[in-house]
Parts: sequence; C-alpha cells; structure tokens
Amino acid sequence: MILDLQSVSDSVDANFPDTILDIKSFRNETTLLIKKEGIREVCRYLKNDLDFKFIVDVTAVDYLGMKTPRFEVIYYLHRFGSEFSENVRIRLKVEVPEVDLRVLSVTPVWTGANWLEREVYDLFGIEFIGHPDLRRILMPEEYDAHPLRKDFDVRDREASKRCFERELKEGEDGAS
Amino acid sequence: MGLNANPLLGGDGFITTKLGEFANWARKNSLWPMPFGTACCAIEMMGVFASRFDLSRFGAEVVRFSPRQADLMIVSGTITYKMASVCRKIYDQMPEPKWVIAMGSCTCGGGPFDSYAVVQGIDEFLPVDVYVGGCPPRPEALIDAVMKIQKKIEMQGAPIV
Repeated sequence: MILDLQSVSDSVDANFPDTILDIKSFRNETTLLIKKEGIREVCRYLKNDLDFKFIVDVTAVDYLGMKTPRFEVIYYLHRFGSEFSENVRIRLKVEVPEVDLRVLSVTPVWTGANWLEREVYDLFGIEFIGHPDLRRILMPEEYDAHPLRKDFDVRDREASKRCFERELKEGEDGAS
Repeated sequence: MGLNANPLLGGDGFITTKLGEFANWARKNSLWPMPFGTACCAIEMMGVFASRFDLSRFGAEVVRFSPRQADLMIVSGTITYKMASVCRKIYDQMPEPKWVIAMGSCTCGGGPFDSYAVVQGIDEFLPVDVYVGGCPPRPEALIDAVMKIQKKIEMQGAPIV
C-alpha cells in the first residue's frame, strides 16, 4: 500500500465528510481537525484501513485567552512501511470547550494510548470517555490541580506539600 | 589515648583509650553510604566511588543498597514531593547513628527547578549534616563532604547505644 499524505487525507475526507472540519497542510505535515464526537471512528478507520498502527503521542494545548474553544487534544499517528515513502505521520486535532471537558478515548483502538491519555487527564483535566483506567499518572492521586493549564501557578507548591504530608502520615500509620 | 609497648608483654603491647572515642574512630573510618541518587549528581557520585577518585581511601566504599546496613545517606539529585516521602522512609529505616549529605544544588535548595513538583531543599524533611553545592559538584567536593562528616563524627561523635 503506497499512500501519500494527500491521498490519506482525501480518503478520510471522502469517508467522513461531516466529521472532518478542516485539513491543513504545512511543510509536508498534514493536520486534520476532527469533530469531537467522531474521533474514535476516524481513528479506527485510519488504523484498520490506512494502516496507521502506531500512536506516537496524545497531548493537549491550553489556549486560555487566545481562542475558544479553550483546549485542543492532539494525536500523532504513524504508519510503518518498508519503503521510505510509506512511512507517514499524520496529526489529528480535536477541539474541547471548557464547559464540556470530555473526549472519546482512543484506547479501544490503540492500547498504547492508555498512559498517554492518562497523562493528558492528569495535567489538563480532560476526561476520556471509555478509557479503561482513567487515573492520574504523574501527580499524586489526591492532587487537586492540573499543572499544565495556563491558569495554574507553576510555583504553587502547597498542593504538592499537602500530598507529601499525607503520604508521610500514611507511612507512619502503616509502619506500626 | 596511650600506647604501651612494654617488652615484658610479649612484644605486641596495647593502647588505652575511651570506649566512646574508640567507637567514633571506628565509625568515621568505616562509613557505609546509602546512595539515594535520583538525577545527574548520581553519576558524579558513582565516579567518586570508582577507581579514579576512590572513596575507599576514606573507608567509605561499601555502598549499601539496603538502608538497614548504612549510616551515611548521600542524597544526590532532584527530589520531587512524590519522591520525598520515599526518601524520608529510607532515612527512617537507617539505624542510628546516621548522617546525611545533600549533594548538588537541587538537594540543597531546589536548584533551577522553582516549580510545583520539586522540594526546595531536602532540609524541609531531613536533617542535613553537610551541603555540597554545584551542578553537579566535582568529585573532590563530595570527598570533602565525606571528610567533613568524618570530622563531625570525631568532634561530636554519637552515643553508644
């Protein structure tokens, strides 16, 4: 299967005309802006029909004060192939408004998305519907903020201190 | 301390000293470090243990990866709040008497990480005996810190339990 990025985006656009909101191509990088409800279907199509077997990364951006909707969740997909031209990387974006921080999880499509989505949940507070194990992955479980949001004060150590002190106390209780 | 080498004793002789001083002399010359390495300072610490700088010249080469067998904790590397409870737990598991070296800018005061996750100096939760600045400190600086600990043991000692 030799499919360049142009035919990939054409094929997705033809199959999901209502779901693809925008296609951008810049310096050989293709970005598809996808409707929130359709992300899992598009991902399933990209994986099963266009052979994008590898999810490179799931991340998010907080556009506080720059635009609405506030958040964007970004997916990087990769297709492996024996030819250089078959190795193609594509970027998907989903806009997430502040009032409804929920996106369909793509972990049922790629198992590898599990921890990546947990990281986005941890640091941005975006919920992934259908995720098998949505817990914080980096910050302590009882931490009450989302550090990569733009309205978070990066020097505020109080929440970390509280979690640390609780952990110490639990250690003392458990040591007896 | 007195040396008695009376030939009537068979040639070996003996020394007289106080028990506390004898114990501290033994302690300072056989420090067993517990390496708590979390970042790049740990690489420099390994260099200190290895042949080029050779901490065994100061009797501190027996690196123990069990806190229960160690009496000197070398905290080398950035300590986050999530790691801090682990660090404290390991310190608590070390038997008395015990000493702590804070190695590197991060352990001394947070280093460049003025952030929500990083402890601004491990003296927030550990009693530190010697601070070693630097990012990372030269091996000589860590050797100097170990010698300062030895000096401290010699001067102040620790009670014999």
